[in-house]
Amino acid sequence: MVVSPNQKIEPMQRDRSPLARNLDTAFVWLTGGFASLIAILLITIAIRVGIDASPAMAKFGLGFLFESRWDPVTEVYSAFPQIYGTIVSSFLALLLAVPVGIGVAIFLSEDFIPEKIQRPVVFLVELLAAIPSVVYGLWGIFVLIPVLRDMGKGIHQSLGWLPFFSTSPSGPGMYVAGIILAIMILPIITAISRDALVAVPLELRQAAYGLGATRWETIFKIILPAAFSGVVGGIMLALGRAMGETMAVTMVIGNANKASVSLFDQGSTVSSLLANQFAEASGLQVSSLMYAAIVLFALTLVVNILAQVVVQRVNRI
Amino acid sequence: MNSTPFPTPEDSSNQGLINRLKRQPSSPRTLFNTVMTVIVFVCAAIAIVPLVAVLWYVLEKGGSRLSLELFTQLPPPPNALGGGFGNAFIGTLMTVGIGSAIAIPCGILAAIFLSEFAAGTRLANWIGFLTNVLSGVPSIVVGVFAYSMVVLTMGGFSAIAGGFALAVLMLPIIVRTATESLALVPQEARQAAVGLGATRFQTVARVVLPAALPPILTGVMLAVARASGETAPLIFTALFNNFWPKGVSEPIATLSVLVYNFATTPYKNQQELAAAGSLILVLMVTIASIGSRLIVKRK
Repeated sequence: MVVSPNQKIEPMQRDRSPLARNLDTAFVWLTGGFASLIAILLITIAIRVGIDASPAMAKFGLGFLFESRWDPVTEVYSAFPQIYGTIVSSFLALLLAVPVGIGVAIFLSEDFIPEKIQRPVVFLVELLAAIPSVVYGLWGIFVLIPVLRDMGKGIHQSLGWLPFFSTSPSGPGMYVAGIILAIMILPIITAISRDALVAVPLELRQAAYGLGATRWETIFKIILPAAFSGVVGGIMLALGRAMGETMAVTMVIGNANKASVSLFDQGSTVSSLLANQFAEASGLQVSSLMYAAIVLFALTLVVNILAQVVVQRVNRI
Repeated sequence: MNSTPFPTPEDSSNQGLINRLKRQPSSPRTLFNTVMTVIVFVCAAIAIVPLVAVLWYVLEKGGSRLSLELFTQLPPPPNALGGGFGNAFIGTLMTVGIGSAIAIPCGILAAIFLSEFAAGTRLANWIGFLTNVLSGVPSIVVGVFAYSMVVLTMGGFSAIAGGFALAVLMLPIIVRTATESLALVPQEARQAAVGLGATRFQTVARVVLPAALPPILTGVMLAVARASGETAPLIFTALFNNFWPKGVSEPIATLSVLVYNFATTPYKNQQELAAAGSLILVLMVTIASIGSRLIVKRK
């Protein structure tokens, strides 16, 4: 087509009508509204649960955190054994899961096994993370407790002089909760540590090998230090998960209102307290349970925020 | 470090050098290497044992009870034989359905904002951070929140309360995976759409969203899988019900709560049903995981 110089060119496009333009802007605002929903949701959780907990907060104050009475008859509530149980069970889980989890992460990030086998193993570990908590609880009741009880009795007989093993295991208890939590957080530690290990630049590895380091000298002196904060972030995320984990723990910990040094003793956690009592509670008991929920929320919030900060710093590097 | 002097050119044979460079299996460094390798193999074995044990237990105990009756009958009373969990299965579908109906549109719209209209801004970074924080909130605390928001306001336990709790749990998963999926769409596709005169809405709805759909679906499936196994936020929101669901504003049975209730009873028939219910839950999770992998792989 030849365009003569004096031919007028019609504009191909009309301006959009104000309505269309406004609708488009409205769409952007709409999505923005839904995005801010997440922030609103977090704040609402804190405020709503806080308001419902306020009668108990006013009545029991900070003593709620340090005393051990949970008595619906006289309406006196405090949750020290549960807070103690939450912390002990999750740290016991970390103690067991961190070495194994990092070991598996190294196993799956180095070339120990051919890629063809490695992929299904990674998938299996991910599947382990997706199995519902209540299924672990069922398995814990019928498989883990009978096995661990017999092992625990042996440990109690030989090492009973240690305060941690000073009572004879009766089945459910803190030790079962710690072990089942360890199994449940293992995939989290493994997955995040593996991501951090794989992200270490290949050049660092090659340089170490070039200097004559063995495989494990490279891992310990080069790769693990380089991936350190990623691994720590993964461990902290796992800690947050362990503290809030409910069903499996509730089913195996025994749900006794006491804080015992012995790991073989029965105990309870904040989440198991909530799971056991919430449906039937009323009045001040609901409020006290809300208070316990706020404590759990605060604990996991601190751990999670620290973990996010660590992980995000890694991502920036 | 043992410093061996390099051979001078006068050195007639290189054999000595090669021998010195070879690692001796008995030297401390090599020994440490071997021991550590054995240890990580043991770690991997330790990690796989519980998984195999759990899956084996669920398959063996639950598989022996698997039949069509499970889905057509109501839960049996404590001492009776037979029965099923038809109502709980439908209840799980209903609560997860309510949760999905809330969380999927909200989550995808939020993700569109984060990836299309606010990418790289401080606001988007903050919301991304809060999304991760929200996904770390324990599910039981979300249950308490749903109790406070829905059960106390509506005056009773209901399927809606359970669905609401599940929605809060699903939301961060969907937002995160959908944001990542949208970010994978090449910038050229957006530029081409804008160049053709598309509005921002048209660009998103006709170009970006269809291109990112498979990975978004993956995230949705993962969220649905996680929600269908959740128990803690349901035990005091949806509660339980021994009969067929009548509506969304009444207490409703769910598979996960049924497993919890029946696992802790002393009756053998109910324990078997709990194992069968677990098998169904594990199957749902496994199918969702494999399915989401296939979607991504086909991409």
